Amino acid sequence: MKHPSQVDYQRDLGDPGEFPYTRGIYPNMYQGRLWTMRQFSGYGSAEETNRRCQFLLEQGQTGLSIAFDLPTLMGMDSDHPLSEGEVGKCGVAVDSLEDLEIVFEGIRLDQVTTSMTVNAPAAVLLAMYVAVADKQGVDRSQLRGTVQNDILKEFIAQKEWIYPPQPSMRLIVDSIDFCTRSLPAYNSISISGYHIREAGSTALQELAFTLRDGIEYVEWCLRAGMAIDDFAPRLSFFFDSSNDFFEEIAKFRAARRLWAHVMRDRFGAKKEQSWMCRFHTHTSGYSLTAQQPAINVVRTTIQALAAVLGGTNSLHTSSRDEALALPTEEAARIALRTQQILAHESGVPDTADPLGGSYFVEALTNQMEEGARKYFDEIDAMGGMIEAIEKGFPQKEIQEASYRYQKAVESKEKIVIGVNEGVSDDAPLPIKTLHISPELRVHQVKRLQKLRAGRDRQAVDRTLAELKEAAQSDQNLMPFLIDCVKEYATLGEICDTLKEIFGTYQEPSF
Amino acid sequence: MPGEKIRVLIAKPGLDGHDRGAKIVARALRDSGMEVIYSGLRQTPEQIVQAAVQEDVDAVGLSILSGAHMTLFSRVLELLKENQAEDILVFGGGIIPDDDIPALKEIGVDRIFQPNSNTSDIIDFLKDSIVGQATDEQ
Repeated sequence: MKHPSQVDYQRDLGDPGEFPYTRGIYPNMYQGRLWTMRQFSGYGSAEETNRRCQFLLEQGQTGLSIAFDLPTLMGMDSDHPLSEGEVGKCGVAVDSLEDLEIVFEGIRLDQVTTSMTVNAPAAVLLAMYVAVADKQGVDRSQLRGTVQNDILKEFIAQKEWIYPPQPSMRLIVDSIDFCTRSLPAYNSISISGYHIREAGSTALQELAFTLRDGIEYVEWCLRAGMAIDDFAPRLSFFFDSSNDFFEEIAKFRAARRLWAHVMRDRFGAKKEQSWMCRFHTHTSGYSLTAQQPAINVVRTTIQALAAVLGGTNSLHTSSRDEALALPTEEAARIALRTQQILAHESGVPDTADPLGGSYFVEALTNQMEEGARKYFDEIDAMGGMIEAIEKGFPQKEIQEASYRYQKAVESKEKIVIGVNEGVSDDAPLPIKTLHISPELRVHQVKRLQKLRAGRDRQAVDRTLAELKEAAQSDQNLMPFLIDCVKEYATLGEICDTLKEIFGTYQEPSF
Repeated sequence: MPGEKIRVLIAKPGLDGHDRGAKIVARALRDSGMEVIYSGLRQTPEQIVQAAVQEDVDAVGLSILSGAHMTLFSRVLELLKENQAEDILVFGGGIIPDDDIPALKEIGVDRIFQPNSNTSDIIDFLKDSIVGQATDEQ
């Protein structure tokens, strides 16, 4: 009888760097190159974000990751009525190219890799990024980084959308196509599971829905006439690292094995780089408690270790004050130091996939793979991920799982230290939390007024009109978006123009 | 009046789309026997207060994770006052730092439930506050 941990080494594991990449996508993994330490940050004004980026780079961070505020994420300008109270609160406010130029002041885009966490208006932010590069005199082929650009997980979990599924997918396909041709070193998408998990899914659901989203994107790109080995190497992924420790390690290993097979066997990709599941990991924010925040550093360390043992290619460690506010400088520094200690003091990076061969880890990896395949079959039978979303399938799975988890914590079936065990009766030591001044909105609105007064209104109108026309054809919208941003059309103006053609999304009730 | 179900509106004001907590609270309250209306995402304070008044709720719970809580709570409370609906209990949760809770209480928020709150605490709070109110009115 087959033991659950049983694997055929060549078929199921391979050496690190060998198909199906279960043990890692590179032969020498961290010995060759450490994971990128890429801390997610951004708040307030472009100037403040620029300062925080410079600080983190000085402290040894090796890649930038920009957070945008909600109005920006929703394609709205800072002076939109709905932006009241929201400007700069959970990320940087970007109303136009001008703001992004300030974010990267003193930071040459060929010297750092940058991840931009934006989805619904991702194509516009990408256009701005390219425009900044052009203005800095950096060749587009030198740009390295990622734009998250994953609308499917928005429909499923994070719920920051603008347009309905079809036009949203069109924008993504256009941006992937554009990147394939003009930004060959840039990751066109970061297919995400983090948000799905944080919304309450199980680790298995996170794995299955993320990869199935990936399958959906590949299908759409192929339908648009792209060649798989042209775009697949620059698809990337983004996972959570939460509790529990071994399950997470198995999840990462299963992800690589599953994706390798999907690309080679389901889609017939021939290039090795097309088969490799490259991913960034973000330690779980949800698992960090408002109670006794100091102990969150311990949680983050365990989760970061799981990601490293799981072979992540890039890592964000969350800050101890996660459940309270955006991180203070001190909290952000401790989070970065956590990675540095793992990298340089623990010895863990010296061996690729050190847990490979463990009965438990191999059994868990097999289980994860099997479970994910079942979900693939189920979603395929529904007609695909978009159909599944329209039926509410992944959303309902997540809602159920999140409710089950809450009940488990309340019944103490699941222990959370500081919450239902190890509760401290003493008054908590006050920890400084970050406050964003409401003055920022005033500042941004003034800046917008100045921008509008100073730009070439005719050129703005012309480029927006050209964009609108192109949106009604099947031309790639990226060049049109780049033209708009270079004339300092605002994010809101551009997104509203597209709304006229694409409409807006209404979540089905289920 | 005693015996009548407690009516609660759970609302997501502002642009934030994170509804895990709001949905859990809505379901827990429903399971405990309350009538719960969930507003859906991205409601303006005006829409929320209109719904609260129309649905004749006993309490409004706001879920805010975006950092916009001071603005949004203020606006909702202002509008409840304008609509002579100050008797509606206002509570909420999300990502709200300790520092801001006193200020929120001062403007009239009855209770804030920070992350990892137990839904039974929310249920107890509502039952105690609302039944207490009904008893006073008799």
